[in-house]
Amino acid sequence: MWARTSLRDLTLRAAFLAGVTAASLSIADPALANKAFVSNEKGNTVSVIDTGTWEAVEEFPVGNRPRGIGMSPDGKHLYVCASDDDTIQVFDTSNDEFLWSLPSGPDPELFVLSPDGSKLYVSNEDDNLVTVVDTAKKTVIAEIPVGVEPEGMAVSPDLRFVVNTSETTNMAHFISTEDYQIKHNVLVDQRPRYARFTNDGTLLFVSSEIGGTVSVIDMLGEAGPELVTKIGFEVPGVQPEWLQPVGMRITSDNKWLFVALGPANRVAVIDVESKEVVRYILVGQRVWQLEFTPGEEYLLTTNGNSNDVTVIDVAAQEAIKSIQVGQQPWGVVVTPE
Amino acid sequence: MSLRPLSRIGVLCTLFAVCLAGCIAVAGALSPARAVEVKVGVLRIDYPVLVPVSRYDLTPDDLGFAGARLGTEDNQTTGSFLGNDFSLETLAVTPDDAVAAARELIGKGNRLLVVLGNGEDILRVADAAGEEALVFNASAPDDVLRDSECRPNLIHVAPSRAMLADAVAQFLIWKKWNRWFLIEGSNPDDKKLGEAYRRSAAKFGAKIVEERVFEDTGGSRRSDSGMVLVQRQIPVFTQDAAEHDVIVAADESDVFALYLPFHSWEPRPVAGSAGLRPVSFDPTTEAWGATQFQRRFEKLTGRYIHPEDYNAWLASRVIGEAVTRTSSAEPQALKDYLLSDAFELAAFKGQKVTFRPWNGQLRQPVLLTDSKITVSVSPQEGFLHQRSPLDTMGLDEPESACKAFDS
Repeated sequence: MWARTSLRDLTLRAAFLAGVTAASLSIADPALANKAFVSNEKGNTVSVIDTGTWEAVEEFPVGNRPRGIGMSPDGKHLYVCASDDDTIQVFDTSNDEFLWSLPSGPDPELFVLSPDGSKLYVSNEDDNLVTVVDTAKKTVIAEIPVGVEPEGMAVSPDLRFVVNTSETTNMAHFISTEDYQIKHNVLVDQRPRYARFTNDGTLLFVSSEIGGTVSVIDMLGEAGPELVTKIGFEVPGVQPEWLQPVGMRITSDNKWLFVALGPANRVAVIDVESKEVVRYILVGQRVWQLEFTPGEEYLLTTNGNSNDVTVIDVAAQEAIKSIQVGQQPWGVVVTPE
Repeated sequence: MSLRPLSRIGVLCTLFAVCLAGCIAVAGALSPARAVEVKVGVLRIDYPVLVPVSRYDLTPDDLGFAGARLGTEDNQTTGSFLGNDFSLETLAVTPDDAVAAARELIGKGNRLLVVLGNGEDILRVADAAGEEALVFNASAPDDVLRDSECRPNLIHVAPSRAMLADAVAQFLIWKKWNRWFLIEGSNPDDKKLGEAYRRSAAKFGAKIVEERVFEDTGGSRRSDSGMVLVQRQIPVFTQDAAEHDVIVAADESDVFALYLPFHSWEPRPVAGSAGLRPVSFDPTTEAWGATQFQRRFEKLTGRYIHPEDYNAWLASRVIGEAVTRTSSAEPQALKDYLLSDAFELAAFKGQKVTFRPWNGQLRQPVLLTDSKITVSVSPQEGFLHQRSPLDTMGLDEPESACKAFDS
């Protein structure tokens, strides 16, 4: 899909980067390039991409309908929601071997790990629950009733709240990590899919797929989290109905918010300061979730309908390559440095 | 509801004075808990019908009610976070008892009334309800209810015949199957559906090259030897038709359409009342989160969903969403919100559904199913409209004679 020149550029740039990394770490081992793991919802597999060469190097079988995907902070364990098997599978990232399953509650779609990796917070769509799982003991610690069809999950940087968005109730629920009680609810637009905090924890972004907006929630509101504005999207030649925001990532300097726009086949770049869209990056079809490489040089997008992953150059805000993966890629996670 | 500007300044001043006291009280009540009690009634009017041609089309006892139950559960879950309380009361009655039953439900405080029945009876219920209740049509496809016979208190959640026919027409045009052999039944509703297909053909540029009427001669729908007869009768009935690409069947009465596929004289696909059918929802649909919606419905009821269930669910959710956003359960306040630009709802069909302010019809995608899978969803790619592609289906603003919603 991308022009050959970009590919050559990229190879050069990758070589250059590899050189820089190798030099700075004084380790001349190309095997240290990161791995990106992509869950393929329809293929029941996970694809592995080498971020040094941007090649899909492996594809290994996992449970049925893999969607949410995550990694332990040390990069050793890969977590995959096998939605139709009602379980979360754990794999060894060094050799793709299946290790064990975690209880997840029914139909797990998406989860978030606590920063220390000790807990998984899982949304169970069918049962209107958020399940808290102890990753070491492999047990369920708590089940929290939330709105109808829980989906998006996020942990606040200060660890006070786990946020869950419920797609039919159209709320962001703020669950205390201390007593697992809901402390605040904020109404957002239709079908909230995903939630993401800024690094400093002052702002929370919630994407509403059907509403077509990203709600901006101020975490420092007087009476608790407070909706301050909603960001809309507009692309010439694309019907407004198809501008459906889903996955999001924010650069760690809190300057840029990237939003996957689903069937609009674009990633929006939002200036966090002004809350305005500054650019739309054309990517593959039905772009769903996003993940940075560890240094935030690149942003990977999963494109469910074109079965590929697009690589975006974060600084240039440009798509530079697409990589074919398995059937209907859903989520992506990258090993840490 | 909306205050007319300047015409009654005196009244306004009085209102303002009253409001000054009242509004402060209301504002106080609004935060933090905005407790609203929402009572929804579902009235289903049942008709004597013959056993359907297909066993798959047998109607469950809780048809429609089940969808409303799920919708009420969804609303209640959301309501629990806001302090709103949703209740549901259901009644199944004969056509003769429909008006009395509606009055009974409204008398018990159910001022939001979801009705399943034929168009004529829904109109009688709406007229009896008057300003007492907002009525949601969850079944009748009659275009006239969205046209000259619309009512200010009647909101249509079910798609109209024009929308359903346009959904099929767009797909056939997309396929370049432009030459239609239209076969319609002999009952009044079949004729209305046939007319809807004629209108769609003219609207999108298809040509009806042949028309035939299949007479409903009454009697039982099935018999042990039926298969043999059908295999001999349908080829003869469809013989010598002008060259056509597709057979379009208009058979709301469920008399003959299901016999057309495979039995037609020419090997042609069938659409309409058999083959590729337009529906508001179907158990086969899995996209856009529909799987999890289906699972919730099946867990609650132990059966597959029917379009009537979906329509009743949708009506409940329309009510629930309006209550959530307005913190009111007053029919007029809810209606104003529903018809405003602010209203939008996710309905497991890939895009938000909204209302047409000129006739109270819910804009929505229409699914096309072969009864095993969802084949396609209309509007089809390339059918454009200045407002929304959804308005390429059904009565557009200039086409509708409805005046009841003019403000």
